[in-house]
Amino acid sequence: MISALSLLLLFQLTGEVLARYFDLPVPGPVIGMLLLFVALALRGGPGEELRTTSQTLLQHLSLLFVPAGTGIMVHLHRVADEWLALLLALLISTVVTLVVTALVMKYCQRRATEEESA
Amino acid sequence: MTPPISELWVYLSASPLLGLTITLLAYQAAFWLYQRSGANPLANPVLIAVSMLVLFLWLTSTRYETYFAGAQFVHFLLGPATVALAIPLYQQIRRVRAMLLPVIVGLLAGSLTAILSAVLIGRLFGASPSTQLSLAPKSVTTPIAMGIAERIGGIPSLTAVLVIVTGIIGAVGARYIFDALKLRDPAIRGFAIGIASHGIGTARAFQVNEQSGAFAALAMGLNGALTALLVPLLAGWLTAG
Repeated sequence: MISALSLLLLFQLTGEVLARYFDLPVPGPVIGMLLLFVALALRGGPGEELRTTSQTLLQHLSLLFVPAGTGIMVHLHRVADEWLALLLALLISTVVTLVVTALVMKYCQRRATEEESA
Repeated sequence: MTPPISELWVYLSASPLLGLTITLLAYQAAFWLYQRSGANPLANPVLIAVSMLVLFLWLTSTRYETYFAGAQFVHFLLGPATVALAIPLYQQIRRVRAMLLPVIVGLLAGSLTAILSAVLIGRLFGASPSTQLSLAPKSVTTPIAMGIAERIGGIPSLTAVLVIVTGIIGAVGARYIFDALKLRDPAIRGFAIGIASHGIGTARAFQVNEQSGAFAALAMGLNGALTALLVPLLAGWLTAG
């Protein structure tokens, strides 16, 4: 577990360093994820330890959002002033994004399979 | 002689131990409720845990900064967890390769929809300019969204909250929307959840189906990168009008 955790932190650190050094708009952890993905593809898959450690970490991904979410208490004033705009923007935008993404993908996939069978 | 409770509270409220402990306890209680409900999306564990914590901090008049001094150890794990998403992603590499076109087109359409619709609807209903900017990265995972908000002149901590609420809306609502649209492919369901509602949606997707979870993780990673590129480019134009 320790070696897997070190590996994850090492990739995150590399990502952060690259992001800062080259002033990239993409955040460090995402670069770390892409690098690890490439490393896994080159090596032919994760080892047992890395797999179980990641699984443990990702199983409770929701927990990691709790501290930031609790920050809503700092913004209660703004939320109280603009609650309608915020609620409608978040609600409608999220629903529309779900629908657009899913329908566009379904359409693309159907066209691809039709071409294959044609 | 035992010290009075108030002295004990002075010690506890200044120590990071309390913030960390109540975060884990609140989450465990919330997760227990979520499981007891038969994994009902309405009993979202983040929503329940956050509500309990806000209530507790308000009742004890504890400042958020004091709480966060302890909770930051949990918050920190978002970084390594984001890196760890490479593993489920790798395990779905075949399926992703077979769906490359839908994945790319879905990513572009979804990412633009998420950014533009949030800002434009916010503006339509009278959100202030800094709130509009804070809304732009709302569909990507917290650390990325906060970074983007900072870069374009939004309010990072407000963005963090908007991101969480977006995640909860997606995690709660996705099943009903997809069922109404008769969308059954777990890969497409997962990918759309990951685009619209990042890690919280991804967490929910993993709880439902392994393949949905992997596609949600892929979508969340790709959308994080794309949004980080798109929002700074669009920001000037978005706030003009």
